[in-house]
Amino acid sequence: MKPAHRESLRHIALLLPALTIFAAFWLLPMARLLSVGASGEMGISAYWAVVTDPRYFSSLVSTIVLSATVTFATIIIAGITGMFLQRHRFFGRSFLLATLTFPLAFPGVVVGFMVILLVGRQGLVGSVTEWLFDEKLVLAYSMAGLFLGYLYFSIPRVILTIMAAAEKLDGALEEVARSLGASPWQVIRDVMIPGLKPALISSGAICFATSMGAFGTAFTLATKINVLPITIYSEFTNYANFSLAAALSIVLGLITWMALALARSMAGSTVAAAA
Amino acid sequence: MKRSPRFYVQLAFTVAVCAFLVVPVVLSIMAGVTENFFVGIKSGLTFRWVVEVWTLYNKTIFLSIGIALATLAVTLLIGIPAAYVLARRQNRYTRWIEELMVLPVAVPGLATALALILLYGQFRGFRISWTFILVGHVLFTLPFMVRSVLAVMSAIDLKTLEDAAASLGATFAQRFFHVILPNCRQGILAGALMVVTLSMGEFNITWMLHTPLTMTLPVGLADSYASMRLEIGSAYTIVFFIMIIPLLVAMQWMSEPGKAKKYG
Repeated sequence: MKPAHRESLRHIALLLPALTIFAAFWLLPMARLLSVGASGEMGISAYWAVVTDPRYFSSLVSTIVLSATVTFATIIIAGITGMFLQRHRFFGRSFLLATLTFPLAFPGVVVGFMVILLVGRQGLVGSVTEWLFDEKLVLAYSMAGLFLGYLYFSIPRVILTIMAAAEKLDGALEEVARSLGASPWQVIRDVMIPGLKPALISSGAICFATSMGAFGTAFTLATKINVLPITIYSEFTNYANFSLAAALSIVLGLITWMALALARSMAGSTVAAAA
Repeated sequence: MKRSPRFYVQLAFTVAVCAFLVVPVVLSIMAGVTENFFVGIKSGLTFRWVVEVWTLYNKTIFLSIGIALATLAVTLLIGIPAAYVLARRQNRYTRWIEELMVLPVAVPGLATALALILLYGQFRGFRISWTFILVGHVLFTLPFMVRSVLAVMSAIDLKTLEDAAASLGATFAQRFFHVILPNCRQGILAGALMVVTLSMGEFNITWMLHTPLTMTLPVGLADSYASMRLEIGSAYTIVFFIMIIPLLVAMQWMSEPGKAKKYG
């Protein structure tokens, strides 16, 4: 056998275990999911149910609006914080940085619990507002709670990406802009944001995709909130409506995959960890 | 150096953001060791909730550690050889394979879990065993292992190293274990830490795949949040923090420039 030929065989053999497991446990099941999605009473049109059925459509719209709002808020908050931490050195900076990295490893359920402790029935904000105004402020079990939870797991991810990108920004450009008389706002708009654009788009898309698919946080806060992952879960477990749950999860998967594909084409290698 | 007022405004904002992230963590630690959280610290400190968590949920802790280690073993065994091939052959097909293998991370865990149940749920022995969860975790963590090892392999000149060893008469096995693996230690270590951390915290896939007898730590957490008093949920969360902190510190330490080579 020729050496080159032998090497090819060896490479195939080395790749085979990973490919086999991937094909057997992901590709095949996904193909099954796809066909189950079209096997219900509605047939293939089940895939349109998410648009035509008002219940699922409202669930889709509220999930998209929530995820887009979270993404927008996260980018602004993380942009300010990330640029600040990257540009300044002061006492306690590394402590602040450490607190930002810590929540990265929290599963969605723990994030949900954090929100309950903050704005839940026995939460801190509730006690403080009760003491101040004799009225408890409880946000945890609604869209507002979900918003806070999604912010909680998005902020650390986006801040770290922005800081990494800001490190590569040329500070001299901002100096030049300033010396030419640009206002701070103009420097941000015309120098900083264009420089950070790839990082902003890619981390924003990851944040959006993670929020769209986030299940643990919503599950902990309330199983009645009308977001797509919860809708899919209750169709599957409460109503045993397998075909519709399958169709909805394929649609959801397509949305998150497209958002991440956009992120990857903008900024190279980034993999999102779903919360 | 005199700081501008803008510095202090931004500092206050940053501290507020950090407080948003840290205050609930502190609250959960406090609640977990307080006799009655509703009454407050004055009701007294106690370890009784932690003890109760241990008696109720210690199985979930061992199962999570076991599954994380098994996931690590599988991802090492299949991920490193795959990364090696992807590094050595960079063409259209290998790029395709790379893209494909990231899909279980790009698609919500709920979809992956539903797909697994619909296809393999009928095999009862498999469905109720812990290996069903292992499959989900391997799918979800494999891309992180492959990427982390691949990043290091792409940075070194793998082919030259291998050719040099081969010209001295080393067989493929000798080259792989004595030249290639030692050269990508950093990537393997970083990938391993990532895999274990992700597996320990995985919920979205696991929640659908678990049975009452195969509860992992995050599944147990969800169970305690839903059905136990706040103090028990908090004490259980403390246990989770204790398990996850060493992993985070190790990852942080590895990614600091100067201490270790940059990776992925």
